[in-house]
Amino acid sequence: MKNCDYQQIEPQALPTPTPIPPPHHGDSSDKRDEPRRPRRKWEVFPGKNRFYCDGRIMMARQSGVLPLTLALILVTTGLFFIFDCPFLVKHLTSCIPVIGGVLFGFVIITLLQTSFTDPGILPRATPDEAADIEKQIDNTGNACYRPPPRTKEVVINQQVVKLKYCFTCKMFRPPRTSHCSLCDNCVERFDHHCPWVGNCVGKRNYRFFYTFIVSLSFLTAFIFGCVTTHLALRAQDGKGLVFALQESPGSAVELVICFFSVWSILGLSGFHTYLVSSNRTTNEDIKGSWSGKTGDVTNPYSHGNILINCCSVLCGPMPPSLINRRGFLPADESAQTAGMDIELQTLATKSEINVCTQGTKDLLESATLSLLLSTSCPQGKPQTAQTCLDNSSTVNSDPSPELSTSCGARHTTNSTGDTSSPHHTKTRSKKSKQATVHIHNPAFDVHASPTSSDTGPSSKARDHKGARFTTLH
Amino acid sequence: PAETFHNLQELRHSASLANKIFIQRDYSEGTTCKFQTKFPSELESRIEWTLFEDTVKTLNNYYAEAEKIGGQSYLEGCLACATAYLIFLCMETRYEKVLKKIAKYIQEQNEKIYAPRGLLITDPIERGMRVIEICIYEDRGSSGSSSGSSSVSGSTAR
Repeated sequence: MKNCDYQQIEPQALPTPTPIPPPHHGDSSDKRDEPRRPRRKWEVFPGKNRFYCDGRIMMARQSGVLPLTLALILVTTGLFFIFDCPFLVKHLTSCIPVIGGVLFGFVIITLLQTSFTDPGILPRATPDEAADIEKQIDNTGNACYRPPPRTKEVVINQQVVKLKYCFTCKMFRPPRTSHCSLCDNCVERFDHHCPWVGNCVGKRNYRFFYTFIVSLSFLTAFIFGCVTTHLALRAQDGKGLVFALQESPGSAVELVICFFSVWSILGLSGFHTYLVSSNRTTNEDIKGSWSGKTGDVTNPYSHGNILINCCSVLCGPMPPSLINRRGFLPADESAQTAGMDIELQTLATKSEINVCTQGTKDLLESATLSLLLSTSCPQGKPQTAQTCLDNSSTVNSDPSPELSTSCGARHTTNSTGDTSSPHHTKTRSKKSKQATVHIHNPAFDVHASPTSSDTGPSSKARDHKGARFTTLH
Repeated sequence: PAETFHNLQELRHSASLANKIFIQRDYSEGTTCKFQTKFPSELESRIEWTLFEDTVKTLNNYYAEAEKIGGQSYLEGCLACATAYLIFLCMETRYEKVLKKIAKYIQEQNEKIYAPRGLLITDPIERGMRVIEICIYEDRGSSGSSSGSSSVSGSTAR
């Protein structure tokens, strides 16, 4: 069983430096006889994650567009401090850089915390546990359960909830847990996988994520306001806007970035405020688990009171990380896994060249992506396929900021969506959830069609969010 | 006492594992951590159900205490938010404090109650808080009786 799990993952390893120390491989042959260095658990972690600082920091294996997010924030704020602050301090008040600095600090700190914190990953079932569950499934009579799909029903607060069996992690997923195909982990209270942050958003880092988007909304709005004021002040006395922009070119850049981001980020904050107040996750909202379409369903996790919901989600106790990254492996286990690593390393090096270009794509919801290929990339050649896949996989995870900042960048398939969304966002009310207007966006529409693969749920959630979110405007 | 601890060590190193049973989570009240108190049939011959139920209920109470939302947790949460959650890097959270208490409790239960009966409880945190794993060891006593006393005398006789 262990061999299969490792086989599945190793060939997909991207050829980027991972924190597995080089001497480790050289020593592996010795490890069979006598373990020299005790290994930590993060080194044999089966999910697709990256670990830094000896397991203290973790992220998804694909950092997504986190560097872009950081760059945008740093560049915009930097330009703000360089071009706008001196003028505004002279003409208005010196509180402005202070407020800007505090907001910027909040944004960066919460962003890094969202990216580097364990989102609530559930460790995979031990072989004994998996065997026990299998036995239970067989024992409960073939009349009730037919092998696959495996589900178990529980009653939570008088509401029937179905628990699905996760074939990768070999256990029944607890309620509100979902398996993220990008990270190959089951995550508790799974919200969504955010490429902007380069990590899943789940139970443990949702509060960081929420604080990040709220403070980012404030920061963006604040900078936007300051830049507008700055340019207005400069353009006084009949000098004109062009003159003002020439004097302060950085402000033009800031204006563009902020103008296109503020709507999406504000919308996202509003959406998540709604989710927090009703104690739902993005995943549940998209699937319509508690929306009452199929009869009498209510959200069993809601406390019934908006304030209590908000407090329990954002101010509740911080759950511990369940994966114990920095714990040491028992000596015999580390020798065993070291042996396996040798075999897999040789396999990986052989197939790396062929597989690395396709590896990540294979795993990334191949069913949905083939659907995308058939509509938007008619050639279907490997090269174009990969770029399309790359675009779509990052785009559809968290479309709202992408709609604004992807202007012409690389999401060519969504170009129609980009131009339409800012116009529509102007008429949006922050907390509206009307699913009436349909903005035609070919890429999103394609993704909105349901796919049935088991790795589908998280991608489906994201895709539907794409289609749905455009209707929130 | 040294005798029971000696027995616990013996259990871990020399006894042979007969079976492992898993106490699953009870989700009837939501996603808060709670384990089922249903008495597994495999333990019927090894331990009284009152002792078992007591252990599980105490564990459930500990977890409930850790996850309790109320005035104090809100205050901690707001304070943490105000410091951009940097406070989590410095301070031990309430949950972690309770987890330490739980670990001590389980160790104590193992020494006093479970090891003499040839059983061993694994802390749920080591299994992702999904199950309470109970290892059932074979009776080493020559008479093969279910109580732990024969295995104690057997081990000390060695």
